[in-house]
Order: sequence, then structure tokens, then C-alpha cells
Amino acid sequence: MSSINEINEPDVFVVADNILSPLGKTTAENFAKLRENISGIKQHTNVAISPLPFFASLFDKDEQFVQADEHNYTKFEQLLIASIADALNGSGVDVRDKKTVLVISSTKGNISLLENEAITDELKERISLSTSAKLVAEHFGFQNQPIVVSNACISGVLGVITAARLLRSNQYESAVVAGADVISKFIMSGFESFKALSSGPCKPFDKEHDGLNLGEGAGTIILSTNHKYAQNIKVKGGSVSNDANHISGPSRTGQELAGAIMNALAEANFTANDIDFISAHGTATVYNDEMEANAIAISEFQKVPLNSLKGFYGHTLGAAGLIESIISIQSLKQALVIPTIGFTEAADPEKVKVCAAPTRLKANNFLKTASGFGGCNAAVIFGK
Amino acid sequence: MLTEKYITGFCSIDNGIVAKDGVTIFEHQSNLPGLLLAAYQYLQLAYPKFYKMDNLSKLGWLAAEFLLKDTFNKDEYQPEETGVLLANTNSSLDDDIKYWDSIKEVASPSLFVYTLPNIVIGEICIRNHFKGEQAFYIQPEFDTQFIAQQVDYLLDKNIMQACICGWVDVFEQDYKAVLFLVEKKKTEKAVVFSAKRMNEIFNKA
Repeated sequence: MSSINEINEPDVFVVADNILSPLGKTTAENFAKLRENISGIKQHTNVAISPLPFFASLFDKDEQFVQADEHNYTKFEQLLIASIADALNGSGVDVRDKKTVLVISSTKGNISLLENEAITDELKERISLSTSAKLVAEHFGFQNQPIVVSNACISGVLGVITAARLLRSNQYESAVVAGADVISKFIMSGFESFKALSSGPCKPFDKEHDGLNLGEGAGTIILSTNHKYAQNIKVKGGSVSNDANHISGPSRTGQELAGAIMNALAEANFTANDIDFISAHGTATVYNDEMEANAIAISEFQKVPLNSLKGFYGHTLGAAGLIESIISIQSLKQALVIPTIGFTEAADPEKVKVCAAPTRLKANNFLKTASGFGGCNAAVIFGK
Repeated sequence: MLTEKYITGFCSIDNGIVAKDGVTIFEHQSNLPGLLLAAYQYLQLAYPKFYKMDNLSKLGWLAAEFLLKDTFNKDEYQPEETGVLLANTNSSLDDDIKYWDSIKEVASPSLFVYTLPNIVIGEICIRNHFKGEQAFYIQPEFDTQFIAQQVDYLLDKNIMQACICGWVDVFEQDYKAVLFLVEKKKTEKAVVFSAKRMNEIFNKA
């Protein structure tokens, strides 16, 4: 490592955040629901999404997220705009400053538009994530071209890591990182075809975990190197890896996620002892949970309290890494780790210490992990 | 001190031509599936996974094969030391449409898995046993300045020792792939790595 670079590298602070989910429109509303153990997941009957009833965390049909206007924003764009607007409110970050950049993370964005129309050049343009990013950027008046991360289920965490790197290398002073995904038939049918969905509410890390639930939502984290935020929580380190094993199944060993965790720790100048709790990916598929438990054990975090928030939100895809990081930032602030709803008895008790009940914990730092199709893994550390 | 970084090789697949380091090595004028198959056959490999890939993954995977063939010495790096950073404009829309057509009969998991643009990175990593950093970005046009910043960060900070970066885009019969191998060693043909140099090479391809 080059020590000169490290001396010149600014810290990256969390300025503000927002969660927009079926549980609430602000981070505070969401955290309050989680404290009361209220989940957004319920059974839905909606043949436009799936021929059979299914469990998921979805917004009410036809819910509007921004005032109707001439722009005809899609639901995906509305979610991003509403989430970013709330996070920006009172943050002191100027989006019109050339030193501020917008980072958008999503897996499928406006893909539902494909479901009702034949493809034309116009529709192709409308579906493009670049179009959505441009519309959102223009809505707020960002001056720089937005950055769009689309890297399966690590998109949200990768958005944070990408932004933190841009700030550390002084390319920008502030970054607004926002992620969202909308659940439609396209995504639901795909997960069904993979037999990845649970027939009931999901059970992360539980002996009886049998699949995931999908969820809708958006999350925004605003980051800055400006010293006026020096008392805030920081992004301490982050890393990404690939399993080089299989495009739709995770690593057999968990070694590669463990590698990303190790590199994130190294960037934070931490040892394993510095991590007070873990917000896992915890999708509740047997493959994911086993791989993740292996990676946690390799990293010697067997005794570190861990949760998965998928039982509250379902898998919110490109938003997951953001939403789950934001809840964990609240856990740091309020010294309260949220339990893993749906979990009762551990599938891998010797590898992971899953929080089954709200846990009072004076924590300084947490680790957030994510993994996804294509064999990708990401780890990010936030701390005081 | 910033590390010296070099483009030690580049490969393009565009307009029916596969070129390495600016020199045409293979040409086949047909539709895209025809080109991809002919390019695969040219390499004389036995890699049955190739046939399962969607066109985006085939294109990126082939570009990486031609890029690394004969010149990249895998033994110089640990699996964790090579990263892959790619971008395109059409994401996985080419396969998205095929998947959506499939669900009218029965949703195909083998098409669904390719409805993510980063799967091509997974295919390149599986083939070459790369376990390092990776990211897929959607851009209206190849943003060489942004990609160069990301590669610089990874190599300057010794997070990676080598990176494959570039552009892999497919939509129906439109396609273009240009991949760059960036290393810290100066080879005979190496040119200093920069956004400007990537741009020049990209626009010539």
C-alpha cells in the first residue's frame, strides 16, 4: 500500500439517508416499524405478477410517490426521486455543485415496460437505465453525468463502494447514492423459474429456510468528504470479489466472499475484532445462506451478532444493499440490532450467531455483505 | 507515488472483425450468432459452456479469450489480483426480450440468468479463474474517463495488479466489444494507460 496516498485520502462521511418501502417513507418510519417487529411481507394475489398467490413486500397498487407532473416518471423513477428528495431535505448538500455526483443502482429498472408493448427504438430508450438516471438527475439539477451501477444483487453495496472511491480519490466532494427496483411479472417469473421463492414468509439462516421473498423499495445514502460532517458515521472500507465458480449458484466454500470481507477490513485498517455486528445478505435460499455462513466462519465472525433484514423487506434487489445498510446505520446510532424475523433455529449454529431478538449493543462498526448472480460478492464497513 | 500502468493488450470485435492490438486476426461477415460461432470455432477450444451463453456473454467472453490468448501470463497473478470492469449501454436488454418471449410458454431459467449485464463478467471470471474486483456500469456512451478512474484506484492502491476493462454491448444485430488489459509492467507493445488512449483505440475499432 502506498502510505502517501493514504495520508491524502479524506474520510467519507454519511450525511443523510432515506428508505422508501412499503413500511414507510423515511428512515425513521422504517426503523420504527422494525423495532415493532412489523414486516412488509404478506401474501398477495395479483395475476398481473404471478398466476398463483405469493409472498412479497410490495407497495399498494397505483400508489403515487411524487406529485403527478408533465414528466410521466415511471414507478421506478418515482421511487428514486421520492427517496432522494427526502434524503436531501436539510442535508446541506448542493446537488447543483459540480463537486456532487449521483450514483444510481438497480438490477432491472424499468423492465416492466417490456411486458405490455412490442419493442421499438422509443421503448428501448425508455427502458434504458441511462434514461432513468438522466431524468432523475435533471429533476434535481445534478450537473455531472450520473453513474449507473447494474451488478445483480450487489448493486446497492457496489454503488456505495464506487461512490466512496470517487470521493476518496477527490473526484467529487459529495455523492448521492440511490437504488431501487420494482417487482413485476418479469422478475417474479424468473425467480419462480429458478425455484428460488419460498411458499411462505422467508426464514433467513433458519434450519427450514426454503427460498426468498421479493420486495420493492428504494434507498438513498448521501456521502461527503466535507468536514462539516466529521462527527457523522463513516464508510470505512469496501471490497468486491467474484467466485469464478458458477453464474447462478454461489461458491461452494464462501472463500471469495470471505476474501472481500478481508479486503474491506484491510482498507478500514481493522481486524475481525473491530466488527460489532453484521448485516448479512441472508436471502433465505439454502445456497446463499450456506455460502454466507461459510464466509462468516472463515472470517472468524462466528460469535459476532448477525441479522438478515430480508424477513422485513424481502429481497429488494438493487436497493437491498442500501436499505439494509441504512437500517444498520440506525442500529449504530440507537445501539439496537434488529432481529432476523422468520428465524428460530440456526441451520449453521457453529458458523453464525443470528440475532433472533432485538439486541441492545453499543456498537462502533458494522459489516454489510451482499452476493449475487454472476458469482459477485461485496462487503462494506460503516463505523463511527 | 502513482503506479505506472500500461495497456498491455486490447481486443475489439466490431463490424465482423476480430482484431487484437489493432491487427485483424479474424473476419467473418454474417449475422451476430454466425460471427460469434465462427470466432469460437477459430479458437479451437472445447468449452461447452459457450453454447449456453447469451450473445452478450458470448461476445464479451470471446473478446477476453482473444485479448488474453498467448500474451497474458496467468501465473504472474493470484486469482484475487485480476479485476474486470465493464460497461455498456443496452444492459442485458437483448436477452431480456428473449426471456420475456419464453415466458409465454414456460419461463426459462437458463434465459433468466442472463437478464443481468454482469453475467458476462461472471463468465470471463469462471473461464480465467479471476476472483478480484468487478463491476458493471450502464453508460450512454463508453465513459473512458470514469472507467480509467476506477482502474487507477484499484491499481494505484494495490487492490488489483491487473485489470480487464472495456465495453461489451449487444442489441439484436448491433454489437461492439473493446476490451483492454491493464497491467503495471511495460511490455514491448505496451502503451501508457489513460482515458485518452482508451478513447483513441475505442473509436478506431
